[in-house]
Amino acid sequence: MRPASPVSVVIAAAAALAAVTGCTEKSDAKDGGNVVKVTATDDKCEVSTKEFPAGHVELAVENKGSKVTEVYVLFPDDRVVTERENIGPGTRQRVTAEVKAGDYQIACKPGMKGAGIRQAVKATGGKAVKRDPRLDKAVADYRAYVQQQADETLPLAETFAKAVKDGDIEAAKKAYAPSRIGWERTEPVAESFGDIDPKVDVREDGLEDGQDPATDWTGWHRLEKSLWQDKKTGDREKELADRLITDLTDWRERVGKADITPTSMANGAKELLDEVATGKVTGEEERYSHTDLVDFKANVEGAQKSYELLKPVAQENDKALTTELDKQFAALNTLLDKYRPSTTSYEFTSYDKVGKADRKELSDAVNALAEPLSKLAAAVVVK
Amino acid sequence: MTDKDTPSSPSRRSLLGWGGAGLALGAAAAGGAVAMARTDDAPPPDAGSAIPFHGPHQAGIATPVQDRLHFAAFDVQTSDRAEFVQMLKDWTQAARRMTAGHPVGEGGYGGLPEAPPDDTGEALGLKPSRLTLTIGFGPSLFDKFGLAGHRPEALVDLPKFAGDNLDRNRSGGDLCVQACADDPQVAVHAIRNLARIGMGKVVIRWSQLGFGKTSSTTPEAQTPRNLMGFKDGTRNIAGTETDRLRKFVWVPEADGPQWMTGGSYLVARRIRMHIETWDRTSLQEQEDIFGRDKGEGAPVGKAKERDEPFLKAMKPDAHVRLAHPDANHGATILRRGYSFTDGTDGLGRLDAGLFFLAYQRDVREGFIPIQRNLATDALNEYIQHVGSALFAIPPGVRDKDDWWGRTLFSEEA
Repeated sequence: MRPASPVSVVIAAAAALAAVTGCTEKSDAKDGGNVVKVTATDDKCEVSTKEFPAGHVELAVENKGSKVTEVYVLFPDDRVVTERENIGPGTRQRVTAEVKAGDYQIACKPGMKGAGIRQAVKATGGKAVKRDPRLDKAVADYRAYVQQQADETLPLAETFAKAVKDGDIEAAKKAYAPSRIGWERTEPVAESFGDIDPKVDVREDGLEDGQDPATDWTGWHRLEKSLWQDKKTGDREKELADRLITDLTDWRERVGKADITPTSMANGAKELLDEVATGKVTGEEERYSHTDLVDFKANVEGAQKSYELLKPVAQENDKALTTELDKQFAALNTLLDKYRPSTTSYEFTSYDKVGKADRKELSDAVNALAEPLSKLAAAVVVK
Repeated sequence: MTDKDTPSSPSRRSLLGWGGAGLALGAAAAGGAVAMARTDDAPPPDAGSAIPFHGPHQAGIATPVQDRLHFAAFDVQTSDRAEFVQMLKDWTQAARRMTAGHPVGEGGYGGLPEAPPDDTGEALGLKPSRLTLTIGFGPSLFDKFGLAGHRPEALVDLPKFAGDNLDRNRSGGDLCVQACADDPQVAVHAIRNLARIGMGKVVIRWSQLGFGKTSSTTPEAQTPRNLMGFKDGTRNIAGTETDRLRKFVWVPEADGPQWMTGGSYLVARRIRMHIETWDRTSLQEQEDIFGRDKGEGAPVGKAKERDEPFLKAMKPDAHVRLAHPDANHGATILRRGYSFTDGTDGLGRLDAGLFFLAYQRDVREGFIPIQRNLATDALNEYIQHVGSALFAIPPGVRDKDDWWGRTLFSEEA
């Protein structure tokens, strides 16, 4: 986790606002605005036109199916332009947006699940924003990865929460680190929301002025302390276990709609290594459980995922950089493998058993990777 | 100062006049020892200017000693020789720019907003501050890259000396860079940027900051004092003494190996001073231990600092008597050390002392016999050697196409 600062919260809040521009409204399209009729059923998403002039556009949605649906206007990288949830069967809704020239997709999600039924549409006229379809795909794929990590994390977190609530300390300890892997792999995306990270991943020293550890400290690390240091759980811990699931469910709902760009993917990869350099290598992150190397590995995996998705473009722009990154990712992964029984296991050596010289070796390998990784963003800028 | 190769990158221009004046004040406030070492030590008239990087010998040896030091020893991480050589070339280019007062690469700002700047930026606006960067190769480097056959005979493993209490984490290293400047920020900037360029190829093994030069290579200037309050380096080799430099410092072709011609050997020793017990020692005993008086710095029985010492007038265990060339078959070294204070040691004592740097043509006829002779030095009660390293210093970078270590790495390439 990254210490929350007021600034980062404000930025994240602004980003969250930006993500929902083009809010739904009830006004009729006028002043020559474009109306696109969207007819949603349980297996279709029909649009009255696939091309419309850039500018103000209004979707007149009618749900003719039997399920509650959602309608989205998406950028080619699956970033949300605008959306409308909870459109009941037999009801109509109007959704408006300001769109620049370019390619978009309209998606209906019957049952409010999955990728939806898609229609490719185009806003014409004006200057289209220059896009690289390979980068759009990288972002869309990363978005899917982030969602998948969140989806897979919830059951693992529930296992952990259940053990805490059952008062089964051994089972809870065992479930603790695995419940964090999906989170650690995609942490920069979660952090972009500002409000979730301080609830689920804050350490006691990360609490802000005026926050009382007894009442305001929530999330994994609070429970970590109960399990490993206090060696007991009670009513408060049961409450916190439920709270963790609530907060992580919120994360799962929102994470797929985060504002993700090639640059934020590249910088996110670097930030994951920064997390390793400042929190894991020092043993500060998991000070009670000493499961730092599990987080370490997850951070590296998440960074590598971003990198692999961006690599086709980065390689074209800076071959020397990708050669170096391939080498340094491999070196760091090989080094980490020394601390687990097999390359599929996440049973890493307890970090309190890792000596100073070995910690330095890990730190050196992190620096060797993070320095070239800081140049990845520049290699994926659309020229 | 011109900046014609990259018009967009600003040269460091000082807004403060003599670079470092403001920082010296801050340092003095942090510890009285600092002020003591620098009293009356007026800045040389050319402080702030640039020292030429190219030449037959590396700068930073015979160069008039600057006020500040950042010394770093590195270990090699890569096993790829070509990659290491490329790093030496990249380092050379960065050193060439920094010593001229320019930022490295494309500069510290104004580039792609998505990328971190090439230069870390803290020296922007500062003068070159007589920055010199001097590279050296440690004995352990010759175990790598198939260099075994090129290890100079003179690059011995230093023997254990009486009283040594060496911390291996402050000793050795495959290579070193000595950064000296009149402004500490300029020296630190240089090491930081070289370390950054080296990431993935080399890692810093240990480093040392130094202030208050303890030896002068400019006899006309006031002789500086060490943290014990005594003038140090009165008889040091001056940068202008071409004959003594040739005789005692530069490696001649006849000594071999070929790649070391024009180079030198550097001994670095971190010498902790037991400051508190020294300060409780009577003036008479302090002067007896050194063999010079504290105020003027004159040898025992003489009136002036530069009067020829009469060794037999000194106590048999006096420092100057034991260290003097006459007591060591003429052995002479060029000293370039700095004081250091690395905070406190947890027992309420300053972790302070002398970071001893000595250049010589051959350690077997320089530092080793002198240090052996100092086994009975009365000063040993107040000092302890806690770090040690030896490096072969290759010759200078001749021109813009040359690079650090070329004579070693291209010999068999």
